[in-house]
Amino acid sequence: MTAVYKRELRSYLTSMIGYIFIFFILLLTGIYFSAYQLSAAYPKFEYTLSALTFVFLISVPILTMRVLAEERKQKTDQLLLTAPVSVEKIVMGKYLALVTVFAIPMAIICLYPLLMTKFGTVSLGMAYTAILGFFLLGCANLAIGVFVSSLTESQVIAAVLTFVFLFAFYMMNGISSFFSEGALSTCITFGLLVLAASIIIYTMIKNFLISAVVCVAGEAVLAVLYLVNSDFFAGGIQKVLQVFNISGHFDNFANGIFDIKGILYFISVIAVCVFLTIQSIVKRRWN
Amino acid sequence: MIEVKNLVKRYGDHTAVDHLSFQIEKGKIYGFLGPNGAGKSTTMNIITGYIASTEGTVSIDGHDILEEPEKAKKCIGYLPEQPPLYFDMTVLEYLKFAADLKKIPKDKKNEMIQEVMDTVKITDMKNRLIKNLSKGYRQRVGLAQAILGYPDVIILDEPTVGLDPKQIIEIRDLIKNLKKKHTVILSSHILSEVSAVCDYVLIISHGKLVASDTPDNLSKLAAGSNNLSLIVKGEKESIRRLLSEIPGVKTITVNSAENENGWRVKLSTEESADIREEVFYKMAENHYPILEMQSEKVSLEEIFLELTDGGNDKKDDSSQKSKTENHEEEGGEQ
Repeated sequence: MTAVYKRELRSYLTSMIGYIFIFFILLLTGIYFSAYQLSAAYPKFEYTLSALTFVFLISVPILTMRVLAEERKQKTDQLLLTAPVSVEKIVMGKYLALVTVFAIPMAIICLYPLLMTKFGTVSLGMAYTAILGFFLLGCANLAIGVFVSSLTESQVIAAVLTFVFLFAFYMMNGISSFFSEGALSTCITFGLLVLAASIIIYTMIKNFLISAVVCVAGEAVLAVLYLVNSDFFAGGIQKVLQVFNISGHFDNFANGIFDIKGILYFISVIAVCVFLTIQSIVKRRWN
Repeated sequence: MIEVKNLVKRYGDHTAVDHLSFQIEKGKIYGFLGPNGAGKSTTMNIITGYIASTEGTVSIDGHDILEEPEKAKKCIGYLPEQPPLYFDMTVLEYLKFAADLKKIPKDKKNEMIQEVMDTVKITDMKNRLIKNLSKGYRQRVGLAQAILGYPDVIILDEPTVGLDPKQIIEIRDLIKNLKKKHTVILSSHILSEVSAVCDYVLIISHGKLVASDTPDNLSKLAAGSNNLSLIVKGEKESIRRLLSEIPGVKTITVNSAENENGWRVKLSTEESADIREEVFYKMAENHYPILEMQSEKVSLEEIFLELTDGGNDKKDDSSQKSKTENHEEEGGEQ
């Protein structure tokens, strides 16, 4: 793992890409910091960070697009996958290198609240809680980028897809408001999803009986649930979509709250994405 | 050392490797021979654990590649068709990275890298970026990576493709030297290369093993085969009868010759016996003038093409086919 980690870190720091990433984050943080803190003299650094969550939409795809796609394109994954190193360690090494690169601008950002204490009273606890939340948010976004990069061998596709995913998650509040909160319409939506899932299962395993059983059983459970307790479905779509609202989980941190639930959420996102990345690499060997 | 049993790899409807089984023994150089798309690279990728097989097992030194991948992979050094190089690293950085990946102990690492660089003659290039190296040097860096850690088995996928003749000879000598310490498997679609370097040849076509033997055996068998092509004037049936009386003649075909007033006769002989004089006297006795006589040697290339083109139906008579080798190729390209 350390071998992959060291190689990745060196490659980011000897090529443009790592510096562009660091530059981009520091530039935008600097602009917002100047505007809110230095000229408007606003004492809450959290506010600056909560306005900055959009930086990941652009900076993360730039950094993560090549992480696995490039290996596949250049066939260097043959070296990694035929070496006596497990896929888990390869992915972890790569991911930790990304986190380390991201930690560099974050370390510099950590100095900003200290700078502010020169000019007045600043709640350092709240500021650093927000910085921690911001760091975890970034790490979760990086994990998504790594996963997308493992799906394709084209860096451009990886970058665009990562952007699309991150943007959709960023806009999740708006997207979930498109859907009705009524119990019946939610139940019907879930019913359609079960149908779609069964069709996907059918195309994958080509077994009509199993997919039909999955479909019928799923619909029956939904129907029974709806008849027994229709309130169960009220606002269901919003609840499901909220799971994907990654930057929404930063809101508590941005208000200076040390949110254990938020920390667990970010760690879960990272774990799921790393797991899916490993699975996507392992699965490709079987194709 | 390596045991491959019933290996099958399917991509959708296409079968790239079709029930391939063989064993590799220690301390020899094995050659995979086959045309492009025969399944050589796929087989090598499966042995090294890069891709998984649809059916069948591969075990290396008793370790199954799927069940104990790390132990199995530790026994193998692999140079894929396209050397897996990071262009943004220098040669030395790259080899250090490869050494770390292979978990070579720190105290031996630098010494071993130096040794390997000397072996493949890239010491002068050690501080150059890989992207600035020529194809030949890149191939050597890839080879250095495969040798690093001195694994028991070294697998080389078309190691001489794209090199100039001098480099080809150098790489071949290097491979021959590897034999002292390692088992080597290499693949190639070039026949002379395999027969010049390898102790044992496995010919693969359409994912199947069509023939396997030592080049020595192949060339011994090859010495036995001559084809004779004649144009003779005379009566068809009596020509056939007279020729069949000559000892050593295996098959006779008689067709009407184009542009000539005679018969085109093809003879194939079993032994290495030279029957040209006997044919001449036999025909002369009966006043059948020979207008043309040509000794046709079936080249190794032709056999190879015939073996690998036909696919399924050729498998059964492959043993017979391998008898018709010839030595022209043996000393070639040295």
